[in-house]
This record gives sequence, structure tokens and C-alpha cells, in this order.
Amino acid sequence: MGIPVSYYLVLSAIMFVIGILGVLLRRNALVTFMSLEMMFNAANLIFVTFAAYYRVLTGQIFVFFVMTVAAAEVAVGLALMVAIFRTKHSIDLDQMSSLKG
Amino acid sequence: MNATLVIEWVVKSLVIILVLTGGFAYTTLYERKVLARMQVRRGPNRAGPLGILQPVADGIKLIFKEELTPHNADKFIFTVAPVITVVPALVITAVVPWGREISLFGRTFTLYLSNVNVAVLYILSVTSISVYGITLAGWSSNNKYATLGGVRATAQMISYELALGCAYIGPILIVGSMSLVDIVEAQAGVWFIFLQPVAFLVYFLASLAEVNRAPFDMPEAEQELTAGYHTEYSGMKFALFFMAEYIKMIAVAMIGVSLFLGGYLGPGIDRFPILGPVYLFIKVAVWLFVIIWVRATLPRIRYDRLMALGWKVMFPLALLSVMITALVLLFVES
Amino acid sequence: MTIMQIIFLITASVTLFAALMVVSTRKMMHAAMWLILVLFGVTITFALLETRFFAIVQLVIYIGAIAILIIFAVMLTRRSMNADVPQVNRNWWLVMVSSLALFVGLVTVMSVWEGFFVTARTAPPGGENLVQLGTALVDPNGFVLPFEVASLVLLAAMVGAIYVAAERKEK
Repeated sequence: MGIPVSYYLVLSAIMFVIGILGVLLRRNALVTFMSLEMMFNAANLIFVTFAAYYRVLTGQIFVFFVMTVAAAEVAVGLALMVAIFRTKHSIDLDQMSSLKG
Repeated sequence: MNATLVIEWVVKSLVIILVLTGGFAYTTLYERKVLARMQVRRGPNRAGPLGILQPVADGIKLIFKEELTPHNADKFIFTVAPVITVVPALVITAVVPWGREISLFGRTFTLYLSNVNVAVLYILSVTSISVYGITLAGWSSNNKYATLGGVRATAQMISYELALGCAYIGPILIVGSMSLVDIVEAQAGVWFIFLQPVAFLVYFLASLAEVNRAPFDMPEAEQELTAGYHTEYSGMKFALFFMAEYIKMIAVAMIGVSLFLGGYLGPGIDRFPILGPVYLFIKVAVWLFVIIWVRATLPRIRYDRLMALGWKVMFPLALLSVMITALVLLFVES
Repeated sequence: MTIMQIIFLITASVTLFAALMVVSTRKMMHAAMWLILVLFGVTITFALLETRFFAIVQLVIYIGAIAILIIFAVMLTRRSMNADVPQVNRNWWLVMVSSLALFVGLVTVMSVWEGFFVTARTAPPGGENLVQLGTALVDPNGFVLPFEVASLVLLAAMVGAIYVAAERKEK
């Protein structure tokens, strides 16, 4: 009748791998960021799937915290990116090679 | 899930959309009439008796206008942005109840589309999506004024969303449910405007900012931004933005009425459930009148004052109201 | 094939296509739009699992807040990268091989689990038990410590973001 668990898991796995591709391949820091968000989402999807499957609370609570951390990470990361853009006029990851701002 | 249930849902959705779009057309007329009366004018009175065909005339005019797309605009986003603005406005009222159960054609109908247990969260989430259309419209026009208007609108709406969200918490805490049906039914004795005056005030002001109405209509300040995010839009695309603004006005009025003014409740509702939508309509009309009254009375606030008001006054006030409500409830229970 | 399966497959293929576009498109704003589509697809998947609360939280937090922030960053860093320079690393083949290996590994590990082909159980009708979830978050025997730490993390992130992004006056 319903949808097999395998569908959710494979969807999540493919999304995670696409996210990894984005992080490793692209040189643009913003795209890297978006890919990171996709990986978070893939992980959340698995957590929610299993939380619904086993009817346990821990999975849901974990999703809650993943979302919190993702929000914090985005706030700090994007602020950093804007600050870097202001001094270097580029967000090319390959050019962020010096430690001195 | 049987066929009749699906048909019922489709019919209800159609009714909601038709009422909202019709309401949009006549809210524009209502606004122009009320504004005119406040400025000792007559307002539109040529098209039809008392000008009631004016919205039709306006619509025909907008449909036949030439549509321009700026040369360097991002064509796809430019075209999609008006649609993205309208859709949230149309779906946001899906969880607002219009009345109790009524019997019609030998069947019992509930006068609401859905009674979900996360209705208030649904409203919040749809509100947060409605920012997109404006941001993208401003960005894709490739025009300085439009971009500035879009950025201003986004910052304003995100800031006021916090206060708006906190204003919902008071009624939720009292009722102990996020379903709007439960919240309305809990106001049978006393309306929440009397129990939550601060939350009501915060909701009213924040919702004005959320739908970009005067005195918070910064994103469209003509004197400094020409027309803000919809500077480059014309014809039907502009009409869609216009429609979204007025439908959002009706939507915040409906939600506010359900949260604080007893929604569809009124005298005689127990004997005649059909009166529910009538009471809702009257209350929404009064709420819209107050919104128009505010527009006719108050000048526009400067942008930095607007942000300061949102963050330094409204948000702490809303938080304080939530805290006091929680403490009182705890005190009453124990 | 039931209706639910077809809905799921359509959602999944749109989501994955959008995910590929996020990674491959050159225009930043379009990448952000595709990302929103991905997030929306995940929302629908949550809804298919009947986890209404998380579907809506996903909508509020990811689409309503995080994606808006990303769009803001895209607007603030206009013309941030020349579109003519190569958009990918030099070691792209290594990335391809390793991520393919990772994918195969992930699926193999998961398919060993005995519940892999079982029909997924959705959350109980009416969605999750929100009261239980809320109580667990503030229960001393539950998750009150992580909850408080998360609030600290958010506070620190807020302060840090304001400090980093604030324009400092030249001395």
C-alpha cells in the first residue's frame, strides 16, 4: 500500500551525495553553503523517517536540534561571507588562502 | 477518502478563493469610498449606481494595458514573482473557520476547510513565505528603486514577523490548542481582546507592517522609491501585486478577528449556525474600516524609526505579554 | 503502484533535479531558487510521512528564514564571482569517484538493514504528539540540557553575526 522505507532512504542518500558534490566541486562559497543546507536536509529526512517508523521521540528531537544548529550556522556563515566580500570583493573559495584579513 | 469528501473540499476551496478575489475587488472600492468620505469627497461614482462597477472597470483597464518587461530583467523570476506573491495570500485563510456545522441538501457541512491542530503555525509559515514574491520582484527588475524597495520590504516583514508570532502565543496559551476552531470556540464567554489587550495591539500594528499598509508602507513610498518593488510592473502583473496586497489585508483581518474578536461567534449563533459567516463578514468589514482609517489619518513613519519600533518596542512588548500570560495561567491553575 | 507512491516519486524526482540544478547552475539567484524547490520537496516528503509539525517547521525555518538569509547574501554579494572563470575545482574527477563510492557505501549499508523494503510507517493520524515533544524538551530527565545549550548557541551565533557583519567606523 504505502511507500517503502527504501524510497525515503535512497532519496535522502542521493540528496546527501549531491550536497557533497556541491561542497567539494564548486568554488563559489555561497553554493557551498546551499549544498551544506541540502546535506542537513537529507539527514533530517532520515531522522524523521526513522522517528515515524519506530515511533520514538529522540529522532524528532534530533531534527529539532539540527534545525537550530543550521540556523545558527547560516547566520554566522553568511555574516562571514559578507564580511569577506567587503574586503576581497570575491567569494571564490580558491582565493581565500590568506589568514590575514 | 471518498469521492463526496473530495468534492466537498474542492467546492469549499473554490468558494474561499472566489470570496477572496471578489472581496479584493470590493475592498479597493470600499477603501476609495471611505477615503473619499474622510476627505469630504464622493469617491468613484460613475461606473454603475454608486460606482459599484468601478472594480470591474479597473480590472478591464488593467487587463488591456501593455505589459513591459525591462530589457535586463531576469525574465523568468520577473514573471514568476507576482504569482509567488498571490498564492500565499490565497491559501493563508484555509484554516480560518467561517462558522459551525450547517445542514444543507440533507448533508451536514462544516463551515471550514480544515481543522488542523497546527493551524496557527500554518499561518505563520505561509506568512514567512509571502516575503519571497516581493524580494524576488525587487531583485529581478534590475532597477535600483525596485531592489531597494524589495530589500526594505523583506527586512520590515522579517522584523515584524517576530512580534506577530509572539502575539499569537497569548490566545494559544489560554486555549491550549493551536487549532483556530478551538480558539474561536473558547471565546464564547469573553473575547480575547479583553484578556490580551497588549497582544491584540501588537497583532494589529504588526499585521499592518506585514501587509505593507500605511503608516508602514515604506516599501512603496512614492516620494523616495517611485513605487518600490513593483516599479517596473505593469498590466496584469501589477494587478496581481495589487490583488495580493488587498487579499492579505482581508486575510489578516480574518485571522485577527478569529484570534481576538470571537471570529464567527455572535448572538443567536447557537440557534442559527448560518449566522456565523455573517458575523465574520461584519467583523472583518469593521477591521478593514479601521485599517483604512489609519491610512487616512497617519503619516508614513521614517524607515529607521520603523525598524526601531519593531525591534525595541513591539517585540519586547509582545514577549512581556507572553510572559505575563504564562505566569497568570500558572497562578490560576495552582 | 499506489497513488501515494506516484506522488512520492514525482516529488522525489523534482527534488533531486532541483538539487542537481543547485549544484550546477552558474547564476547565484537561480541556485537559491532551486534550493527553495529542494526544501519544498523535503517539506512535501515530511507531509507524506504525516509529520505535520515538522513539515511546517521546515517551511518556517528553512524556507521562511534560512533561504531568505541566503537570498539576502546573494543580493549583498552581487557580481561576487566572475562567471567566466571555471566554477569547479581542478580535482573534479577525484570528487566524482569518492562521492560515487560514498553513495554505493551508504546504500549498501542501508540495504543490509532488515527493514529496508518494509513499508514505511507514518506518524499516527493527526500528526505527532506535540505535548509529548514539548514536555520532553523541558523535562530535567529529558532534553532540557541540550535545549538550553541550543539557546546559548543561537545567542552566540546572533552576537557573532552582528559583530562580524557590522561595519566598523575607521579610527
